[in-house]
Amino acid sequence: MTAKVITVTSGKGGVGKTTAVANLATALAMDGKRVVCIDGDIGLRNLDVVMGLENRIVYDLVDVIEGRCKLKQAMIRDKHLPDLYLIPAAQTRDKNAVSPSDMVRICNDLRPDTDFVIVDSPAGIERGFRNAIAAADSVLVVTNPEVSAVRDADRVVGLLEAEEKGPPSLIINRLNPNLVKNNDMLSAEDVLDLLGIRLIGIVPEDENVIIGSNRGAPTVGDAKSRAGQAFRNIAKRLQGEEVPFMDLAPQSGLWNAIQRFAGRK
Amino acid sequence: MGFFSRKRSATSAKERLQLVLVHDRTDLTPGQLDELKDDLLKAISKYIEIDPEAVRIELEKDGREQRLVADIPLKHMPRHRAG
Repeated sequence: MTAKVITVTSGKGGVGKTTAVANLATALAMDGKRVVCIDGDIGLRNLDVVMGLENRIVYDLVDVIEGRCKLKQAMIRDKHLPDLYLIPAAQTRDKNAVSPSDMVRICNDLRPDTDFVIVDSPAGIERGFRNAIAAADSVLVVTNPEVSAVRDADRVVGLLEAEEKGPPSLIINRLNPNLVKNNDMLSAEDVLDLLGIRLIGIVPEDENVIIGSNRGAPTVGDAKSRAGQAFRNIAKRLQGEEVPFMDLAPQSGLWNAIQRFAGRK
Repeated sequence: MGFFSRKRSATSAKERLQLVLVHDRTDLTPGQLDELKDDLLKAISKYIEIDPEAVRIELEKDGREQRLVADIPLKHMPRHRAG
């Protein structure tokens, strides 16, 4: 095994990077891959709660870097998937406790017996972002179909090109097919046309994502969730499979009409 | 604006982003682009007469490539009579 290191980044905060990392890592592990995710958001750790592992943390990334523990000791095993691990961020330190070369070293140590290392980048384009992309073999940029998120994604794509880490692949997260249909939300085609990079997945807005993070159980585990399906498809594409894009046309029909009538939509 | 004439918001989002991204990528403000146009026109006018009203100079985007596109019509001038 020689792991592929994939960094998930976005520029803007709150577009769903951590959700994407938790879901993609879980989906890859469900496919039988050995996966380690690293929370790169030093001081604002969150991947642990989204994955439901917050009570199991003993050591963190900075403990590894500063030699207080072995790499294996900081790897927290998932509750359900034996080949899924998390290396949590330090909560009481800042991003300067980690350097790009530390990240390269840790990822290289993980490579021999791992299939995928997934790095969750902090928002922004400063030190934490540089750390997160340092070891990346490929980068996924997450955006929402919204002006501020697309603008920041474009900046990040430019910086990745300058760092010769590009071209990244794009995840369009939280697309609302009804708004797109009414031409009140940028469509996936609009966003792709603006950013000019390759698309790897479109994740529809789905309340199951919030329910999943409330429970600490990523949505990919829910067979019925549309967002879960979208993330499972992206995980397949990361493994080199060709998977057709989901049909995201608004669901019409009687049930939808009843829900609208009942004020649920 | 009436209900029927209202431009849907996704259209303005796309148009606004197209402009913003071009300026972000080139690190050129709209003001600087105007200065560039003026300088360009001044330089060209030293050699040939142009019609400033019909000039069109814009930054355009093609995938992730940027280009400055100029369409500068020359003023129609009667030919000098020989002799």
